[in-house]
Amino acid sequence: MTAIDKTDVVIVGSGFGGSIPAYHLAAGGAKVTVLERGPWLAANDFEHDYLLGSSYTRAFDFVVGDGMSVLGGNCVGGGSVVYFAAMPRAPRFVFDRQGSIGRRMWPSVLSRDTLEPWYDRVDESLPVSKQDWTDVSYAGGLWAAACNHSGRTANPAPVAVDNGTCVNCNFMMAGCRFDAKRSMLTNYLPAALAHGAEIRPLHEVQRLERTEDGGYRVHFDLIDEEDYRIHTGTGVIEAKVVIIAAGAGATPVILQRSEATLGTMPHGVGRYFSGNGERLNTAIVDEDRVREVLGLSREDGPVYSANHIGKGPTVANWDKLDGSLPEYERYSLEQLYFPPGLGTILAQVPGGEEPRWYGAQKKEILNQWANWLTIFLMTEDDNEGVFGTPPPTGNAYRISQQMLGRGSLRYDPTENTRRGWALADADCKAIIEKDGLAKVAPWTNDVVGAYTVHPLASCRIGDDAATSALHPNHELRNHPGIFVTDSASVPGALTVNPAMTVAALAERSVPGIVRALQARDVDVKYGAPAPDGSITGRRAVSKLDLVAGT
Amino acid sequence: MQPEATEEERVKNMTLEAYADTIVPGEKRFPEDRAIAGAAPGPGSVAAGALELLNFDATGVTAGLPYLAQSLNDHAKIYAGEVALELDHDVPPFVALPYEHRRELVRRLTTPGHPEKDGWVSLALFCNMAYDSAAHRHTAEAIRDGHPGLLALGYQAPDADGFWRFPKYGYGRKLAELHPDTTPSGSPA
Repeated sequence: MTAIDKTDVVIVGSGFGGSIPAYHLAAGGAKVTVLERGPWLAANDFEHDYLLGSSYTRAFDFVVGDGMSVLGGNCVGGGSVVYFAAMPRAPRFVFDRQGSIGRRMWPSVLSRDTLEPWYDRVDESLPVSKQDWTDVSYAGGLWAAACNHSGRTANPAPVAVDNGTCVNCNFMMAGCRFDAKRSMLTNYLPAALAHGAEIRPLHEVQRLERTEDGGYRVHFDLIDEEDYRIHTGTGVIEAKVVIIAAGAGATPVILQRSEATLGTMPHGVGRYFSGNGERLNTAIVDEDRVREVLGLSREDGPVYSANHIGKGPTVANWDKLDGSLPEYERYSLEQLYFPPGLGTILAQVPGGEEPRWYGAQKKEILNQWANWLTIFLMTEDDNEGVFGTPPPTGNAYRISQQMLGRGSLRYDPTENTRRGWALADADCKAIIEKDGLAKVAPWTNDVVGAYTVHPLASCRIGDDAATSALHPNHELRNHPGIFVTDSASVPGALTVNPAMTVAALAERSVPGIVRALQARDVDVKYGAPAPDGSITGRRAVSKLDLVAGT
Repeated sequence: MQPEATEEERVKNMTLEAYADTIVPGEKRFPEDRAIAGAAPGPGSVAAGALELLNFDATGVTAGLPYLAQSLNDHAKIYAGEVALELDHDVPPFVALPYEHRRELVRRLTTPGHPEKDGWVSLALFCNMAYDSAAHRHTAEAIRDGHPGLLALGYQAPDADGFWRFPKYGYGRKLAELHPDTTPSGSPA
């Protein structure tokens, strides 16, 4: 008879939603155990290599659903290791969105103003920096110049990148070799470890059950470090409080699978999934026209030919983030980079013959890949996604040893969502095709459905029990002591990159979790500084009433 | 390619090559090449190593290849009947289809609602990856050895330590006006 493994808090997942509470709770004195399904990689493990089995496939997952495919992190640091590190705050109108439910989606206590101090904490902790024009990549510069040529504005995006260290290799989706990208591996996680938190990689949580003393027993499988299809064992750990932060593509699946032991889940678990209204357009740039019309050229020869150079998204057009426009007509248009493989298969030939995603014409545009410019549209969707029956383990039936799997998410875009996509596509086309600068086409949705790198809302906060899974303090309705603090908790599409908002919500959730632990006789306090010891953000939130509604 | 041990193996490989060549077409390797239709100039997916990648068990499709090839030929026979095409019998049915018909059959198999769509999409995904990212090879080695897809995309060799760095990365000047409502943190209002 072995003693049962016990801890104060189990945190499932180590992305933004897991690492932020892990740090604060460990710093406050709680015993914290983080279970992460993916491997624990460090800067030296991050390779510039597309070989299956390199960090490019070890660190992230591509789960194909029915009408929606989801890309997500699969490593210690989660999404923060594979993200593109663009960190805008969500525009004010987003918090007043009604979506498909006919009333405000966000809890009444949350607005841009009330979230601002938490954004500030994240800003200081990562840290986030503003970029100026000298930080912008060729691709971002080209997009800015094209916007300007159409009488539009363009902004260098705020980013969590140390531009002094960045080498503009554009391999950040496989993790940052140079630690220029501020992932959780560079801030919250080392600080959590310094305060005694424990991180267990290759532990895939499957389900929860209640213990007799009101806590939770967490069941996990051990995963082979190379072939994720192989499970090498099972185990359990007991905790007084559980934080689920496995990402919007996995958090609801764990809760669905736990229904047999925990009892009925709130209606919002596994429903209201949003793909952040995302869509991609690929433009094939005409260098001669860019030189003649925009006056751009590189000092080392070509005009552009720089698709592969840079650091993901560096410039965004925010002209349509206008709260006076009707819902579903607001979106941002952001320059982005996507690596080959997943980043080329869905691109379509502008004006080509159907099917436009493979064949001789597609090969012709592949051969112009250096002159691709990818534009990322973030629109307002309708929270259409619903998760079906969970797979036997994890959040997908794994096909490949790493990366590729088939999940249970079903997404059938409404007319609102389709109209938003069409408006954004048309706007993007008007800008980038003006005066022959490029030819553009949206990626196809017919191959793997729509797709998102920013899954959201599958287990969301809200005031209304019928349309949200969580109380405004992130506690799961009817299941006290379970909190969800990741992208699943965000109520809906944000029209911008969501990492900043996910992180701010995670920061905001911590005081409530501290109180839940205190109520269960854990000696823990709230009040740690930023991971590097900075205290400006803490000073700002210390003035708040931190008793979030329950 | 190793010489095939059996006729069955030869049929499977030719069929899969023809599928890969439908996704990223290329020029014939030799005048009597049947698997490659010759629908585009330059090397395509097959020359880029499609079969090597499909036979790399990390993909998860390797074990299913004999069934996919068999199924593809069954679909090709039915399709040829539908469009009244007479097929040669000296090559597998899918290989016997002219390029436009291969393309049309793949379109049908990958259309939303087709019951086997997932399998054909996975196969297409890896055929594309063989060309555009050489997922069966270390990238730097593949470039050094003249991998046709990576070269066509414009990939250059990395620095001596195997990492890419671009000291010149941007135009370095203001190229647009900022949105007037930009907040002090650099975000939208």
